[in-house]
Amino acid sequence: MTDSPAQTFPRIRSAGMDGLLVSFGDRLSEPANRAALAFRAAIDRAGWEGVEETSTSLVSTYLRFDPLGPGAGTLRPQLETLLGDRDWSAADLPEGRRFFRIPTVYGTDRAPQLAEAADVAGLTVEQAIESLSAARVRVTTIGFAPGQPYLGELPEVWDIPRQSALTPTVPMGALVVAIRQLVLFSVTTPTGWRHVGQTAFRLFRPESETPFVLRPGDEAQFVPVAPEQLANMDEDPDGGATSEVIR
Amino acid sequence: MSDALIIHSAGPGVTVQDRGRSGTLAFGLSRGGAMDRLALAEGAALLNQPGDLAVLEMAGMGGRFEPTRDLRIALTGAKMRATLDGAKLAWGASHMIPQGAVLDIGPVTSGAYGYLHVGGGIDVPQVLGARSAHLAAGLGKPVAAGDRLPLGEDGGGETGSFLPRSERFEGGTVRVVPSLQTDLFPQEQLERFAQTRFRRDTRANRMGVRLDVAGEGFSVTGGLSVVSELIVPGDIQVTGDGAPFVLMAESQTTGGYPRIGTVLPCDLSRVAQAPAGAVLEFRFVTMDEALEAERRYRAEIKALGGQLKPLVRDPHDIRDLLAYQLISGVTAGRDI
Repeated sequence: MTDSPAQTFPRIRSAGMDGLLVSFGDRLSEPANRAALAFRAAIDRAGWEGVEETSTSLVSTYLRFDPLGPGAGTLRPQLETLLGDRDWSAADLPEGRRFFRIPTVYGTDRAPQLAEAADVAGLTVEQAIESLSAARVRVTTIGFAPGQPYLGELPEVWDIPRQSALTPTVPMGALVVAIRQLVLFSVTTPTGWRHVGQTAFRLFRPESETPFVLRPGDEAQFVPVAPEQLANMDEDPDGGATSEVIR
Repeated sequence: MSDALIIHSAGPGVTVQDRGRSGTLAFGLSRGGAMDRLALAEGAALLNQPGDLAVLEMAGMGGRFEPTRDLRIALTGAKMRATLDGAKLAWGASHMIPQGAVLDIGPVTSGAYGYLHVGGGIDVPQVLGARSAHLAAGLGKPVAAGDRLPLGEDGGGETGSFLPRSERFEGGTVRVVPSLQTDLFPQEQLERFAQTRFRRDTRANRMGVRLDVAGEGFSVTGGLSVVSELIVPGDIQVTGDGAPFVLMAESQTTGGYPRIGTVLPCDLSRVAQAPAGAVLEFRFVTMDEALEAERRYRAEIKALGGQLKPLVRDPHDIRDLLAYQLISGVTAGRDI
């Protein structure tokens, strides 16, 4: 509650009866995000008995276990020991990161909320396109829908709230913005974030050897193109995007 | 051509399901799988086969099915009207149906999700480690008229038995443990939450089940915006309109709405099977009580095989007695 003492991080909490969540902050920050990714990798390397699945969110590492196996009573002390091993917020980013340049139509009828988002951010439409397309953002987590990245952080001017009402549907490949983050949608879905750009990038390819294209730590820039230049997603799942390994 | 179950017609919510996917959460893909996990175990017990084989899940409405070989089946979950070539078939039971016979499964009469299990399982290819359709992720799609679902090799076994009817199909009390954000809710709201008789809204699908609140809704103090955080099946999120929403098999994997509690895995079948309008109530339990509930649940599943009772069939209900293999199927019938 509001009058409780300031929470200290990292913090371990139970998530349901078969999960534990280790949080490195209560809001998105670059060090907390790096810590969550590195700590998950360390848990995977440790290979503890009873752990069934691990994952990360923006600032947390999650592990799921058999509640009737070694369980939380055994795993929680193991987590505490591992947390004490080092300063996880000083950890390096994952290896093998890549930089994607993804063609994007800003505004027009393909992304009808650009003007509204620019207005909320106090920018002209031209300034908004310039700012969003110049930003080199990093995948902080994959979540909500298969292969779907949260990307951040944008300049402070983009610290705009989610909408109060949901947009009933935005198409696959939609680029949406709120709270200094971008999300690139892997499915057609309703959202509370504002639809500012449209790409033809397919993030989830179940039939492919790499079904989930982006990984946490990858970086991206959303390069402006005219609507008629945007590739057809069905013909080119990359939607004209290029990628290179970050060295 | 391999043996198949021919789909002559199907309701809009008929999908192939199994236990879903483990290990894809980090990629944004939730576990998915059957809405009523207990029904999977019941079907496995009735057919004496492993519990990880794929089945047909039927939301609200079944369909018309015809096997291209003699086929052992079991019918579990929400009770539906079922006939074989026009003769009534018992629900919650296993049957041998001959090649070419038409199995007609109608609307649900209590509960929400019915299941058709087949000997050997439905043998569609695995995608990302499971056979289940995950509609929210665009993996697979509902089965439709004209489909031929491949049938797995059946090791054979007895049919003609039934399981005593469970009472999870009318709503009731569901146990919850505190969630990540439970302590963001004022104490008064948590007490009211535990005392409220919710009704299952008509808005429910494989992603989640919405609950109606007659009086005041629920919300966290100060409209706090929580950082998007991991979701687990059973999380009860409270959206802007104040109504609780139980997140189910195909839920999103992260979300920004606060969650007031998490339903125990062993009670999720009850939430899934509550028909629209049924009363659901929530009771907070301690972690120790939750573990004890899980222990008991697994023991019950283990004991299912011992609960089987022979099905007494009324010969008047069997239209063409001679077409039936009355010596209970020791094999799938292909060697006679």
